[in-house]
Amino acid sequence: MSTAVFAPRSDSRNKQRSNFELYGWMFMRVSGIILVFLVLGHLFIMNILDGGVQRINFAFVAGRWASPFWQIWDLSMLWLALLHGGNGMRTIINDYAERDQTRFWLKMLLYVSTTFIIALGTLVIFTFDASIG
Amino acid sequence: MSVEAPGFSLRATPIGTLYRGGEGMWTWVLHRITGVSLFFFLFVHVLDTALVRVSPAAYDEIIATYKTPIVNLLEVGLVGAVLFHAFNGIRIILIDFWAKGPRYQRQMTWGIAAVWLLIMIPGFYFMTIHTIDALFGSTS
Repeated sequence: MSTAVFAPRSDSRNKQRSNFELYGWMFMRVSGIILVFLVLGHLFIMNILDGGVQRINFAFVAGRWASPFWQIWDLSMLWLALLHGGNGMRTIINDYAERDQTRFWLKMLLYVSTTFIIALGTLVIFTFDASIG
Repeated sequence: MSVEAPGFSLRATPIGTLYRGGEGMWTWVLHRITGVSLFFFLFVHVLDTALVRVSPAAYDEIIATYKTPIVNLLEVGLVGAVLFHAFNGIRIILIDFWAKGPRYQRQMTWGIAAVWLLIMIPGFYFMTIHTIDALFGSTS
């Protein structure tokens, strides 16, 4: 039964095959489920509960971030939402930008700006000072 | 569902496809549009929140724009977009992982529409009551 026939398409399969897209696909679903709770909770508290957006000011933020619970909530939401959204934007750029150069530079812009926003938001949560000004 | 002869179909949506025509396609389109919109809002929102590191006055000033009537209305749109994206995301997960998901994807779409309305009607009221009061309410 020995044979020299290779499995179909074995060359292209063995060449630089990674599971990155599979992990990305899975990440969208896992982060999505967590974000349903984090974001809907955030929107309910900020926009509907107890006067909604009208009561938000610096003192309100200071009161919330005095608690590690809301710090962790907001930090998780920041990272998950931007990675989830960033991966979604990557998919959309791959779908619609047809020229290699355009696709490459759009994704570079996406990665740089997303990294900047995640870093900025993280810095703000960790260095928040209620006694500022 | 109507009775169909094998080989061809009178339905708008071809059998066996999820993303071509009908509910499956339009939820896909809406999912992309709401997703991109939310991503851009997220950028703006992290930037405006970052003003808490500048000064309380700077933060309060930017947050004041969120309380104006027009932006208040945009927030209702934001909540509506998030709700659709969240529910449709759950629908996508159920289609992928639940054995009967693909069969019930159409019903799930209309379920999303119903729950969305059920939340958005009181949501609209609570989100805009202050604005409505300020614009049209009797001054006491």
